[in-house]
Amino acid sequence: MRYNSKFDFVKSSKPFIIFSILITVLGIGALIFAGFNYGVDFRAGSNVDIVLSKPVANEEINKFLTEKNVGHYTMTTGTDRVSLRFDDILTDVQEKELKAGFTEKLDPNASMEVNTVDVQMARELQFNALLALSLASLGILIYISFRFEWRFALAAIIALVHDAFIVISIFSIFRLEVNLTFIVAVLTIIGYSINDTIVIFDRIRENLRFAKIKSPVDLAILVNRSIWETLTRSINTVVTVVFGALALYIFGSESIRLFSLAILIGLVAGAYSSIFIASPIWLALRSKAKPKSAPKTPATTS
Amino acid sequence: MKRMLALLLIVVVTLGVIAVTSPSLVQQVKLGLDLKGGFEILYEAEPLIEGGKITQDALRETARSLEQRANSTGVAEPEITPEGSNRIRVKIAGVTDEAVVRDILKKPAELTFRSMRGCDTGKQDFCKVELVGSDFTENGASIHQNQIGGWEISISMKSASKFAEVTREIAKLPQGKNLLAIYLDENVLSAPQVHSEINDTKASITGNYTREEAKKVADTINLGALPLKLTEKYTQSVGATLGQLSLQQTVFAGTLGTILVLLFMLIFYRLPGLVSSISLITYIWLLLLGFNLMGATLTLPGIAAFILGIGMAVDANIITFERIKEEMRSGKSLLSSLKAGSKNSFRTIMDANLTTIIAGAVLFFIGTGSVKGFAVILIMSIIVSIITNVAYSRLLLYLLIRSGLVTKPGFFGVKESDIRAL
Repeated sequence: MRYNSKFDFVKSSKPFIIFSILITVLGIGALIFAGFNYGVDFRAGSNVDIVLSKPVANEEINKFLTEKNVGHYTMTTGTDRVSLRFDDILTDVQEKELKAGFTEKLDPNASMEVNTVDVQMARELQFNALLALSLASLGILIYISFRFEWRFALAAIIALVHDAFIVISIFSIFRLEVNLTFIVAVLTIIGYSINDTIVIFDRIRENLRFAKIKSPVDLAILVNRSIWETLTRSINTVVTVVFGALALYIFGSESIRLFSLAILIGLVAGAYSSIFIASPIWLALRSKAKPKSAPKTPATTS
Repeated sequence: MKRMLALLLIVVVTLGVIAVTSPSLVQQVKLGLDLKGGFEILYEAEPLIEGGKITQDALRETARSLEQRANSTGVAEPEITPEGSNRIRVKIAGVTDEAVVRDILKKPAELTFRSMRGCDTGKQDFCKVELVGSDFTENGASIHQNQIGGWEISISMKSASKFAEVTREIAKLPQGKNLLAIYLDENVLSAPQVHSEINDTKASITGNYTREEAKKVADTINLGALPLKLTEKYTQSVGATLGQLSLQQTVFAGTLGTILVLLFMLIFYRLPGLVSSISLITYIWLLLLGFNLMGATLTLPGIAAFILGIGMAVDANIITFERIKEEMRSGKSLLSSLKAGSKNSFRTIMDANLTTIIAGAVLFFIGTGSVKGFAVILIMSIIVSIITNVAYSRLLLYLLIRSGLVTKPGFFGVKESDIRAL
């Protein structure tokens, strides 16, 4: 077989699985001890994003805000951009004063984006986000069980949760802001991740049809061959989607920068997990079930 | 030869239609408020009286009033939709004076006539509400000029007899208390004395109004009161400059991403890469067309979905091309490789895309606002990509091979040395 001389994905999957488990554990730890750096969508409060037309000193903004008496806030500044996050909700009157005052005193051509989310709404958004994640996973699980078999479904779901977790861990560890778009990103990642996994599984399924599997070793060779056969596709697809996501991340609007970052991480994780997580897990599940399914594949002597 | 002509014709017609219609198509795209500035508010409605119930009718009625108010300020296409049992979402894009519009939306503006009948005698306040908003004719307020050149607002009532009864009672009160105060919310506009019963449906609000002031009061009265009390639950407002900046940046990023993908496909897959590039351009055009036909609004997450969708669309090509290359390496002829490759890859593509549609459908049904918009594009992009990057691509490839133009595996990026003998 021409695949024998190449890299054996199945045999070398152990360190990768350990690596993935470590990241997941690290992520769970970060989530438990530090949680997320929630944006206003999930925490209530107001977020003000200002595009400046000229440099304005931080002290001036601080002074201006203290005068307005708007409560506690955190400020992050970039080039020609200021982002303010208020713990308390800005009333529409405060918002109006802030906008008017800012353009009057600090920068007449400033353009702003203001987001305000009420506490109840924030809780609701959070609940909906979790609901969407679980429902999507469930739907995919049912579909794959129906189209393939439950082992494929289980392995795919583990890979999918893994991908979501890598993104979640990175966002938690690096204290990146989590907003509604983050959830959208995670759901998109789930879609892509499953897409990647399905292509490999589809090949395994196809190869199984013509293969004579006598031992777990045969099965491992088959999985490895299937990964190799789809490898060009896996790499090329990731490359094309990464082009889009990377362009969005570097040149896209500030408001979707973190969204693009989440997608970018997730895409790479998705391609990785399809090969190093999903396929070995399916193999492990299937190898254990071997005695049961043995009679099904007629052991013809060739 | 015939097939070659057909191929050329299809490609030329497709690209021609795209080139001709694209500019107007792009012009027609409805931009969301995050791309051209504007604001979105999610209101939660409560009944005016405590313990009252919110009916769907009341919610719809409130949404309609909000729409009237928004329209009265001259903004283009306000989107006002009732949501769930007690919410109303207001989306207004391209507002120049946001503060004014927001003020008008919120203003409850209820007109009432009040008197001092039965009030605490020691105080000078109007505790008795005699006539409420619903007693006045809708849109019945207008302005007119009186004899001495001042401006007044005239209002009309639905029932003359009710007004007669009220004025009769007030006229009985002692001097100084026989006033009929006209309130707009909690502000007294005027409090004329009532000396006798007035049996008429017309009343005037006098004061030292200029024409503009009088008009403003009349307009406010005409907008009337909202049937429900509204509180802001979620607001997003985007400055016009910021919106345009987002649009420019993201469109630039998208164009760049697309060009990179096209180049990649051309370099890696050569001739099929060209087919894929034509399909991809068709895909973008068709997605835009579908988008406009649906009257959907393009938002920032929408553009992101658009760009990511390009990757998905190309994936369908990659799966097919890889499969065809594999078949060729196994020694099959070009045509049978194409047939086998297309057939075998179709199942894979469908399974992969359907699972993504499941994720998209969940987002669509659970998500609100921009999340929903994202889901629509995600689902649409998958459907369109099956049309362009599966069906259309396949047709082009088939014609290409049948035309006899392409004979060498090299056109597909397959090395002769890799081909196994059958």
